[in-house]
Amino acid sequence: MTLKTVGLALAALGGAAMFAPAMAQNEQYVPILSYRTGPYAVNGAPYADGVSDYYNLVNLRDGGINGVKLQIEECETGYATDKGVECYERMKGKGPTGASFFNPLSTGITFALTDKTLQDKIPIITMGYGRADSKNGAVFAYNFPLLGTYWSAADIAMQHIAKELGGEGNLKGKKIALVFHDSPYGKEPIPTLEVLAKKNGFTFIPIPVTHPGVEQKSQWLRIRQERPDYVLLWGWGVMNGTSINEAASVAYPRDKIIGVWWSGAEPDVAPAGAQATGYKALMLQHGAGEFGVHGAIKQHVPNRLGKENFGQVLYNRGVVNAMLGVEAIRTAQKRFGNKPLTGEQIRWGLENLDLSAARLKELGFEGMMRPVKISCGDHEGARDGRVQQWDGKKWNIISDWYTARQDVTEPLVKDISAKYAAEKKITPRDCSKAD
Amino acid sequence: MQELGSFLEVLISGLLAGVLYSLVALGFVLIFKASGVFNFAQGAMVLLAGLALVRCLDFLVARGMPFWAAVALGMIFAAAVMAICAFMVERYVLGPLVNQNALTMFMATIGATFVIEGVAQMIFGSDVYPLRLFPTDAWIAGEGVFPGGILINKLDVWGGVIAGLLVVALALFFQHTKTGRALRAVADDHAAAQSVGIPIAWIWFVVWLVAGLVALVAAAIWGTKLGVQFSITFLALKALPVLIIGGFTSVPGAIVGGLIVGAGEKLAEVYLGPFIGGGIEYWFAYVLALAVLMVRPQGLYGEKIIERI
Repeated sequence: MTLKTVGLALAALGGAAMFAPAMAQNEQYVPILSYRTGPYAVNGAPYADGVSDYYNLVNLRDGGINGVKLQIEECETGYATDKGVECYERMKGKGPTGASFFNPLSTGITFALTDKTLQDKIPIITMGYGRADSKNGAVFAYNFPLLGTYWSAADIAMQHIAKELGGEGNLKGKKIALVFHDSPYGKEPIPTLEVLAKKNGFTFIPIPVTHPGVEQKSQWLRIRQERPDYVLLWGWGVMNGTSINEAASVAYPRDKIIGVWWSGAEPDVAPAGAQATGYKALMLQHGAGEFGVHGAIKQHVPNRLGKENFGQVLYNRGVVNAMLGVEAIRTAQKRFGNKPLTGEQIRWGLENLDLSAARLKELGFEGMMRPVKISCGDHEGARDGRVQQWDGKKWNIISDWYTARQDVTEPLVKDISAKYAAEKKITPRDCSKAD
Repeated sequence: MQELGSFLEVLISGLLAGVLYSLVALGFVLIFKASGVFNFAQGAMVLLAGLALVRCLDFLVARGMPFWAAVALGMIFAAAVMAICAFMVERYVLGPLVNQNALTMFMATIGATFVIEGVAQMIFGSDVYPLRLFPTDAWIAGEGVFPGGILINKLDVWGGVIAGLLVVALALFFQHTKTGRALRAVADDHAAAQSVGIPIAWIWFVVWLVAGLVALVAAAIWGTKLGVQFSITFLALKALPVLIIGGFTSVPGAIVGGLIVGAGEKLAEVYLGPFIGGGIEYWFAYVLALAVLMVRPQGLYGEKIIERI
């Protein structure tokens, strides 16, 4: 290589270096906290694929959001809270306007970031997970547990059990066990189930499983001894398949087990094989399958990450999650202009997000989810779910829509978020004056 | 009577679960006996063996090969992979560190862990791969005596039988073969063993291969239980208290340690757990290990090392 060649190469690199920031000035920085390694990778990877593919669809098909391209970067958390916080600190200030929002896909990381995001004015989107009390946007201005909290999930599961038993009155005297991941995630539904146990007169038996859940013999022997009428499963990763296997080994009927929506994907039933047949799980609105948006991804994202998992439950959840973030940015642009926006401005977009059935159809999500409308007092936006059942090969939807009862969850939301506000010395916003 | 039946059920299940932990612990014991190294990579070796087995099995079955023929070929393929792994570890990790202290070699096995985990997933994939080599349903025993009977999982019984056979085979290997005796000499002192003509590179290759084959057996059983996936590496954590209790140098100790840990943690979880919030079995195993450490630091069956200073 001659000196002249080296000089030209350096000049080209210099030019690219000068050009790159100029391009980046009109890009919206969107971090993705993901886990493609570690014990929860089997669930984390398809979700991250869905998120990434949707952002790429927006860039490749539409040229970004109203001309503002998404600048995407992934950070591997391994589902570890410390790594999640590290990723957050490293990424929060990147891009021309800082991080748009964070989706940690971990209730533990969500708990750790909740105070920080408030200080840094960056929204934290926890679709179907996270702190249930953060539904109250008056206290948790930057938390958005979109589409359903664990308290909503617990209520939906109990509504379904009541329906199977022939009415809410028939819950009296029954035993309902909760086999849960012994972590902030797994403990979240407990307050709701305690309230419902008191209200409906059933016995509630919480049974924790230590991370990661590879050994659950004692928990399922206890189930065999207690003989509960139903078991609710609040697991993640390897814990789900192991639970189903152990249920089979103690001959507990799989159709009496109802998993939360994080225990109802393909990797959760695969390890148990035929023994998972009959197992039921909640749906966070959507299930598996291909819809309009999948056709668009196939057409416009040639190097899509979703391959074998394309159209599976967790891939689809990633797609839905990414779409909600993109639409929040689009909503915020209507007010603040078609340019890269700050986290604070996108928070406004999230709080004013209103996706009608017509808009969902336009976006290719018809049949996948119901309309959602966020407000200051309701950062959940929708609390609808269905129940699906595994037939040994695929998930089948077996119920109509349920809507979580606000009279069950709202007193808890008010009570626990008020305690949080008092502890953190937060003055709740007056939602009647929120713009 | 029902209470007694429940107690026996938990006890038997715990003992059998403990034998499954012993299967993983045996791999640690073998390498410690032969090199004085605590092999941090044993969990990763279980993952590698399991992935090689299940991926080969799936490949052959998908091409129409009868299941049990595919299992046999899958086992041979996985054993070959473990032989390659043993060769690489000896050549590139431990070989260059002969006569270094145990801590250096321990750190080297930590490095090997991450390489094995990464390479295994890169080659064979990182999804959950179901494996069905053993029955996973249960027998109900003593129904006439105890209401509801006593549940005994068939997979656990298979694990117990296989672990028993392994212990006998390994005991014979260590006590009655030339290579086995050479392994024990190398464990005592690398340099002294080399000076009397023991080929240390060959010995280490053999022991890592045997540990790899034990990992393959553990992977076949645990893979049937959990599906072959990354979480299988966490079994190493279950084996640690087993080793502390049984002793790092004793094959029978690994079995006895497993029985104590298995029974202890299950009884604690079922009978003590509900009073203190549950989820105690993971740390309760370490409480048992600490108790043994206080009384017998070398473990119940470990060799007491006396050094002249």
